[in-house]
Amino acid sequence: MAAADPTCPMTHAQLVEAYFLEHRAKLLDIAAFLDRLDRARGGGGSDFRMVAFARAIDVLRDDRPHRARRILELLSDHSADPIDKAPMKGALGAVPLSAD
Amino acid sequence: MPYIDPHIHMVSRTTDDYQRMALAGCVAITEPAFWAGFDRSSPQGFFDYFRQLTEFEPKRAAQYGIRHFTWLCINPKEAEDPGFAREVMALIPEFLDRPTVLGIGEIGLNKNSKNELAIFDEHIALAAEHDQLILIHTPHLEDKRKGTILIMDAIADNPAIDPGRVLIDHVEEHTVELVLDRGFWAGMTLYPETKCTPQRAADIIEMCGTERLWINSAGDWGHSDPLAVPKCCAEMRRRGHVPGAISKISFDNPRTFLGQSPRFTLDG
Repeated sequence: MAAADPTCPMTHAQLVEAYFLEHRAKLLDIAAFLDRLDRARGGGGSDFRMVAFARAIDVLRDDRPHRARRILELLSDHSADPIDKAPMKGALGAVPLSAD
Repeated sequence: MPYIDPHIHMVSRTTDDYQRMALAGCVAITEPAFWAGFDRSSPQGFFDYFRQLTEFEPKRAAQYGIRHFTWLCINPKEAEDPGFAREVMALIPEFLDRPTVLGIGEIGLNKNSKNELAIFDEHIALAAEHDQLILIHTPHLEDKRKGTILIMDAIADNPAIDPGRVLIDHVEEHTVELVLDRGFWAGMTLYPETKCTPQRAADIIEMCGTERLWINSAGDWGHSDPLAVPKCCAEMRRRGHVPGAISKISFDNPRTFLGQSPRFTLDG
């Protein structure tokens, strides 16, 4: 586990005791979601959101700090200029990733 | 412990929510003008909405001992039609002298378009002209980082605006430091799925401290929780944060920022 500044008042052991079951459930939700995609008709992994999702899972396992910030940056539009016209009101949660 | 929810859309909530918030310790709320979930068909619809925000909601809140304040604007989701937006903006000055109006908000960007940015600039100029506080909405999900930067750059282009009188809301882990480092106040919105959960907000407080930072529920007509602020306080207590830190983020900081308006008071 990566080291970061100890700014949380709880100890490592206390955090695991308090939060493990909650996040075990969230982990299983992700696993079940991926299984559900495997069972769905019209398969394939080309949806840009799922490509980004897979890349985000890699971030979880890279053993470096600030995972939440880095995943949000991964899922963000990094262009700088305003677009000509809003195509819709909502958001999709991810952008197509470059190959690098 | 008393708290302030500085961003919640009570026009979309029931009176039962006012009661539950009062029971949880809420003493004051501020309600920015926002998108109703559909585009209004005329500026007159906004005139009635501004009356609801300045006349009806303060009375409804007062029944539960909660002070109600408001912010006025046309939100960025309805700013893609600049002509329509300007007609709505022309209505705002006649409401700015009402006793519970704190400023201009929630203005900002939604999809980071040129029209949204033009209307945002005009709102900023309106706030400067009338010496108003500003409450800013930052875009959702993938658009947030870019929109937050565009917003801060646009404000920097108007030297009449003091960043200390601007609250940039809906920050998350990838934008909070960008906002604080440029001297603005930052708001964390506690949503069950998008934006911050109470747990992540507590994480951000642990990483960034409690200066110029507040929490809010932004409860509205969508999936949201009007008790999110006390739930975040409970999360901080669970982790062992001292009462002073919890009070600072949920009461002292909003009171300090909002108190820059002479209309904001918790007395009476």
